[in-house]
Amino acid sequence: MEELTRLAVDAAKEAGASYADARYVCTRQESVATRNGLVEGLTSSESRGVGVRVLVGGAWGFAATSDLTREGIIGTARLAVRVGRASATALKEPVELADCDPIVDRVETPYDKDPFEVPLEERIALLLDCDRIMAQSAEVSLREGRLRCVREEQHFASSEGASIAQERTETGAGIEATAVGPEETQTRSYPGTHGGQMMTRGWELVDELDLPSRAGEIAREAEELLKAPHCEPGTEDVIIDGTQLALQVHESCGHPIELDRVLGTEASYAGTSFLTPDKLESEFRYGSEQVNITADATLPGGLGSFPYDDEGVPGQRVDIVKEGIFSGYLTSRETAPRIGLRRSGGAMRADGWESIPLIRMTNINLEPGTWTLDEMIQDMGQGLLLRTNTSWSIDDKRLNFQFGTEIAYRIEDGQIVGIVRNPTYTGITPEFWGSVDAVQNRDGWVIWGVPNCGKGEPGQSAHVGHGVSAARFRKVRVGVLEEK
Amino acid sequence: MSDHDGLLELGQRAVEMSPADETEVIVSRGASGLTRYANNTIHQNVTQASTALRVRAAFGRRVGVATANDLSDEGMRRCVKRAADIARHQEENEEYLGLPGPAEYAKVEADYGGSARFSPEDRAAAVREIIRVAEADGLTASGAFSTGGSAMAIANSKGVAATDTGASADINVTMTGPTSTGRATRTAMNVAEIDAEEIARVAARKAVESADPIEIEPGEHTVVLEEDAVGDLIGQLGWMGFGGKAFVEQRSFMSGKIGQRVCGENITLYDDGLDPRFFPWPFDYEGVPRQKVMLIENGIARAVVHDRTTAARAGVAPTGHALAAPATWGPFPGHLHLVPGDSSVEEMIASTERGLLVTRFHYTNAAHPIRTELTGMTRDGTFLIENGKLTRGVKNLRFTQGVLGALSEVELIGKRTRIAEGSLVPALKVRRFRFSGATEF
Repeated sequence: MEELTRLAVDAAKEAGASYADARYVCTRQESVATRNGLVEGLTSSESRGVGVRVLVGGAWGFAATSDLTREGIIGTARLAVRVGRASATALKEPVELADCDPIVDRVETPYDKDPFEVPLEERIALLLDCDRIMAQSAEVSLREGRLRCVREEQHFASSEGASIAQERTETGAGIEATAVGPEETQTRSYPGTHGGQMMTRGWELVDELDLPSRAGEIAREAEELLKAPHCEPGTEDVIIDGTQLALQVHESCGHPIELDRVLGTEASYAGTSFLTPDKLESEFRYGSEQVNITADATLPGGLGSFPYDDEGVPGQRVDIVKEGIFSGYLTSRETAPRIGLRRSGGAMRADGWESIPLIRMTNINLEPGTWTLDEMIQDMGQGLLLRTNTSWSIDDKRLNFQFGTEIAYRIEDGQIVGIVRNPTYTGITPEFWGSVDAVQNRDGWVIWGVPNCGKGEPGQSAHVGHGVSAARFRKVRVGVLEEK
Repeated sequence: MSDHDGLLELGQRAVEMSPADETEVIVSRGASGLTRYANNTIHQNVTQASTALRVRAAFGRRVGVATANDLSDEGMRRCVKRAADIARHQEENEEYLGLPGPAEYAKVEADYGGSARFSPEDRAAAVREIIRVAEADGLTASGAFSTGGSAMAIANSKGVAATDTGASADINVTMTGPTSTGRATRTAMNVAEIDAEEIARVAARKAVESADPIEIEPGEHTVVLEEDAVGDLIGQLGWMGFGGKAFVEQRSFMSGKIGQRVCGENITLYDDGLDPRFFPWPFDYEGVPRQKVMLIENGIARAVVHDRTTAARAGVAPTGHALAAPATWGPFPGHLHLVPGDSSVEEMIASTERGLLVTRFHYTNAAHPIRTELTGMTRDGTFLIENGKLTRGVKNLRFTQGVLGALSEVELIGKRTRIAEGSLVPALKVRRFRFSGATEF
């Protein structure tokens, strides 16, 4: 690996780059997918290649290849320089990078049980066991299960002398039960949607999730939802648990704090951000005093955790919102100096060998509060408890959002009295976070993995995490879907 | 682009390496470049050369799939072995029909021009023109220009031998002013059809003319939807329920509706992967010949797209819409066409007493798929129409609206179509379209 990246960097410098880095990445994945008692998919994939990034005349160029011959690597490095020269013909100001100590290191993320060593028969049997349990619910006509493990080996080399070898292992699992009625389908998932839960851990995660123990419950809830009352339009107090709040944090905080987006680099695609740099200086109130948000790449097991980012900068913890006040961004070597920082916050990651690194979320966490969930419900009086994301949308400055969840629990007189189907809620980001008056304690705090965060052109998908427990929001507009 | 016959030979060699009862190999190569710009500067510029190998191996009805990107003999051998090894560990899949046999494929003459050969220097030159237009109007340009080519071959142990090549060019331009934005896009098979300066002028005009936008109350409004907005709605419809898997599982808005009216009688929607104007590809990912499928005809639900598995469950013939194994999502309509009418955007505006012109939607997502309800935002050029004229820019609105409901309220259909957001569509004037919220800009 090191030989390939060193060859690429040297070839790029010879071709005229003032700065060059190269990443060799080899990604292996194995996945199992079951559906209605059948093993629908049993797949093993492997992809490896080298991506070369250069600065030429102050402008970026990038080229990537899966041809790992000497000729292939050198040719790709030269192509990256050629691309950089083309960029330099439409450059306003040369790129300047914050200083970075060139690190030499070799690290692997820890796990207890190697998921790749778990026999395929055992993985299949686990999901089919869940399937049999879900099949006991007569109205559940669709039963799905997924298991996935990923191992990424990477070597990073730079013209500044960095040489970093990293290996990360990720494991994920989840099950879904869908009940189908006339003009209506209702799905319940465990432990969450978007494939379930995923973390930078081994098979021990799957053991802890104990999928079969919850299979019957989600099947019954899917059936019950078909007959449940529709979420009526109105304004309610809501408690949002981690299986939905993770995505709320993702969309309304994680994306708007990506400094490259703030500075306009994504303007044509997903947009910009309302969290402009003047708001950092003016101590903008993002949320109530109960709201404390951090970006932390050092959290053990988080899907957004890593030892070093794809510029060779160590993963870090950064305060984003402190007691409701906007306090920080996710940064890179190029963007950090633009807000007066001497060093990058280490948030640059690329989707595989074939993509350039972009500023990506690490683990963006709502820090736990002091309440228990029971206290929050009892104290609430009247409202809804929303659980498990099912739809999401937000505007291109990250202000107006709308989410749907799989289920809501109706709360009356401080007790759960029933369930509600098709719950939706909408709001404007700072008003919404300003309405937080209670955050659950660490008992409910889980780092939820989001393995499908999209950004960039060409599009990239990142694995990120969100440590959240439940939070309570006052006077939220709910029930946006009209009942026909 | 590389000789696609070379890929077929590689695929056939990989098939011969396999110990399985049946083996299917898909080999593909691609080379693409994308020049991205923001703040009137090229800030990202990438090229990529990729290869891919996908092997499906079956012992009886036990099926395993492996992928790799090493096309050396050793690399292919390892990938084939992995597929066969995991197939041996599999359970029997009673839905597995075995691999298809050889077939004849339609010959479609497609004009890709120089798209695959367009260079980083060529793209940079186009971006410089866009930036010149931006600076002349005091605007900031951002966007991306991508070009590339690809080739694919499918071979299997039953004798399927299918190959084809393709290329594309895609440009988007967003112009940003102090209080507004405007956007224009083009997707083409032949890069010569893309006039970067003209596209930039359209985006710039929208940004300038929508400056100082006013607030509009959400609620139901008459809307004129340009092609990018329509393409977004139609593409989402494809995801929500034109695939055979959702249909047979009763999760689709088409389930139980074949032969019934589902939208206005002026709406006809079909999928056609053999249309030479729209990235033709004559076979699916199993090597089954692609068919044109009439989905909705004059408002009546007619059919969905099928692969061999869903076709067998539905009791119909496959339509050649399989995705690559293991294809857990099911078949997918990748070439949606909305039939044009006889109007124009100008005529739609002129005929509207009060309404909104929508350039595009943003971040649309299915809120209730079986009711085809989507939510999303307007963006990059939303205008108030009063008495047949565009009068003011409007702050962006959130919509929550059923797509079939909107297609039941179509008053006028554009006569011009273009490839927009992955579908070939005209503009539409819709009598009533529900906006459920608004944002601050």
